[in-house]
Amino acid sequence: MRVSLFATCLGDQFFAEATADAVRLLRSLGVEVDFPGGQTCCGQPAFNAGYWGEARRMAEHTIQVFEESEFVVLPSGSCAGMLRTRYPGLLLVDGPNGEAACGLAGRTFELAQFIVQILGVREVGRGLEGQRVAYHHGCHALRELEVRDEPIALLESSGAELVAWETAEECCGFGGVFSVKLPDVSAAMADRKLETLPAADVLTSADGGCLLHLAGRMKMRGLGTPVQHLASVLWEAARGHR
Amino acid sequence: MDIASREYARRAREILQHHPQVRESVTGATVNFDRHRRSAYERIDAEAWRRWAEGVKTHLLTHLDRYLEEMEENLRKRGARVHWAETPEDVHDLLRRLATENDVRRVVKGKSMLSEELGVNRLLESLGVETVETDLGEYILQLLEEPPSHILGPAIHRSLQDIRDLFHRVHGTPLDASPEELAGAARRVLRQHFLSADMGITGANFLVAETGTIALVENEGNIRISTSLPRIHVALVGIEKLLPRLSDLSGFLQLIAGAATGQRLGTFVSLIQGPRCADSPDGPDSLHVVLVDNGRSRLLADSEAWEVLRCIRCGACLNICPVYRQTGGHAYGWVYSGPLGSVLAPGLVGLGAAMPLPFASSLCGACEEVCPVRIPIPDLLLSWRRRAVEEGLTSSLERWVMRGFSGLVTRPWLFARVSRAARLLLPFLRSRGLPVLRNWTQHRGGLSPSPKSFREKWKEGIE
Repeated sequence: MRVSLFATCLGDQFFAEATADAVRLLRSLGVEVDFPGGQTCCGQPAFNAGYWGEARRMAEHTIQVFEESEFVVLPSGSCAGMLRTRYPGLLLVDGPNGEAACGLAGRTFELAQFIVQILGVREVGRGLEGQRVAYHHGCHALRELEVRDEPIALLESSGAELVAWETAEECCGFGGVFSVKLPDVSAAMADRKLETLPAADVLTSADGGCLLHLAGRMKMRGLGTPVQHLASVLWEAARGHR
Repeated sequence: MDIASREYARRAREILQHHPQVRESVTGATVNFDRHRRSAYERIDAEAWRRWAEGVKTHLLTHLDRYLEEMEENLRKRGARVHWAETPEDVHDLLRRLATENDVRRVVKGKSMLSEELGVNRLLESLGVETVETDLGEYILQLLEEPPSHILGPAIHRSLQDIRDLFHRVHGTPLDASPEELAGAARRVLRQHFLSADMGITGANFLVAETGTIALVENEGNIRISTSLPRIHVALVGIEKLLPRLSDLSGFLQLIAGAATGQRLGTFVSLIQGPRCADSPDGPDSLHVVLVDNGRSRLLADSEAWEVLRCIRCGACLNICPVYRQTGGHAYGWVYSGPLGSVLAPGLVGLGAAMPLPFASSLCGACEEVCPVRIPIPDLLLSWRRRAVEEGLTSSLERWVMRGFSGLVTRPWLFARVSRAARLLLPFLRSRGLPVLRNWTQHRGGLSPSPKSFREKWKEGIE
């Protein structure tokens, strides 16, 4: 099986090692990975800010880049949500690329979603034995993609202990442009997540944006829970050690 | 009520920085409300109920003219007076006339967000009519001269100690009074008002077209008294509050109670069919039902935004909203706050006046999941955002940035080079310059990009 990796802006620039871990993980599961060089940004920041004309052009570009791909896998629930749930509506409105948008939507998956739903794998390895893991459900993975059980299943089967976190499904306040448009409210939202965070060896999530925001806020507040992208945590589970 | 939403960002910051107890009170109360809502939804097949309720309300709204006529006929048959008000001024004129003709000196009010929307209290005060809010939360706010900060729990931004201090000052209760003592003090004062009021003004939760029944749901009993003791009862009802049939009402009464507070049914449900009549000695001499438009029919004709009119004002979207939880309702600067307010305001007062409320959301989607009538709030927010851009309501800097960004995204070679330059420059930009970057770093510190991009790693080969 062959998948095209869509690294996403944050995956490329801020989570390069985690994105590489996603490649390693997929390869270890017998998947061939390619990386179409023309990929850029999915357009979500423009779409969420109301710039649909600009977002449409970015979506059309992305559709073209991944035209030949059998599957497109992203280490981000939010960007995967954009491709899966927003592209069709954005492009069907004015025609020519509507069908291609629907096609791409059906072939696009967030990493954990792909591993569980398409590969049918619920255990990648037991390398997290004894680790306490706090999992933050990114909103778009959870509510747009309805991916709730997939990352949990993979983490639990790795031997990790999922710590009970009252606000695990509550928005962290990142929200893309929201984080810089309303920085005070955004930071207060992160604080609520952190105020309720139980002791854990690692805090992880399928979305780099949330992690960047939470990690920054933790540093400002002098909190020390390590933050790692789900791709890296799962690769450690597969590899056998942290 | 006027809208002051332009101040949203400033007010939110001020609340967070200078009144941290608001965040604590609001978060505590809404988390509690939401926990009850969740257990209520778990008791029933919530999905089936929500789909049913969505269907009933959609049917109503797409046949509204017919049901409004049916409702009017049925109410008139039972002796109620029906009035149509297009604007707040129409309501003001009517209340002025009723107050003068009937020599009204004192009004008791049941909780009504619509009356806030219409500025009823201010009007009555200008007429020299003593007006008393009788819902405990609203009564507290009237003493504090504050607007409600939540459509259901208007005073949830206030702590118990705030209220103890207030009642100590106003009613002389001890500074460590229990909630029961505080409620007792309010009850003693309110009783005198109930007994001497000439007019009761309430809203309505539902208005059944088939029977002309006004349904009012509450937990304190003050609405029941306000509608039955005074000589005159005025019910202010938004035209979207109708239900087609009486049988729909039983479902909606359960759904609104569950969504709002997790109850199976409100403690008091009043079904009002008309004023006092020959074979029934109770109730007011006259009942006036005021059907209020105030922008609703225009919103109904808006094919992208009308779905917000399904709203039954349960407050579930406020309770679960992580944005609302940080500040409470006052930051929004309008009578309706939270996710509901952010999609209703542009529809009722115009997008220009409602800015930047459609942007006061992280688009997390939690509101849509709990809404008992399945209003697609994130989609509505996105639609208003798109229109804000189309109407030139966003900053020229932002427009310029987005245009430039889309130019980059569609030119991969340039995108790769600019991304690389930005990544290498970022560590040196930290605390200076760019306002957007500062908005990030002030709360989260400097950004540390990966030493090498994934693109570069891929070229080198991933082991």
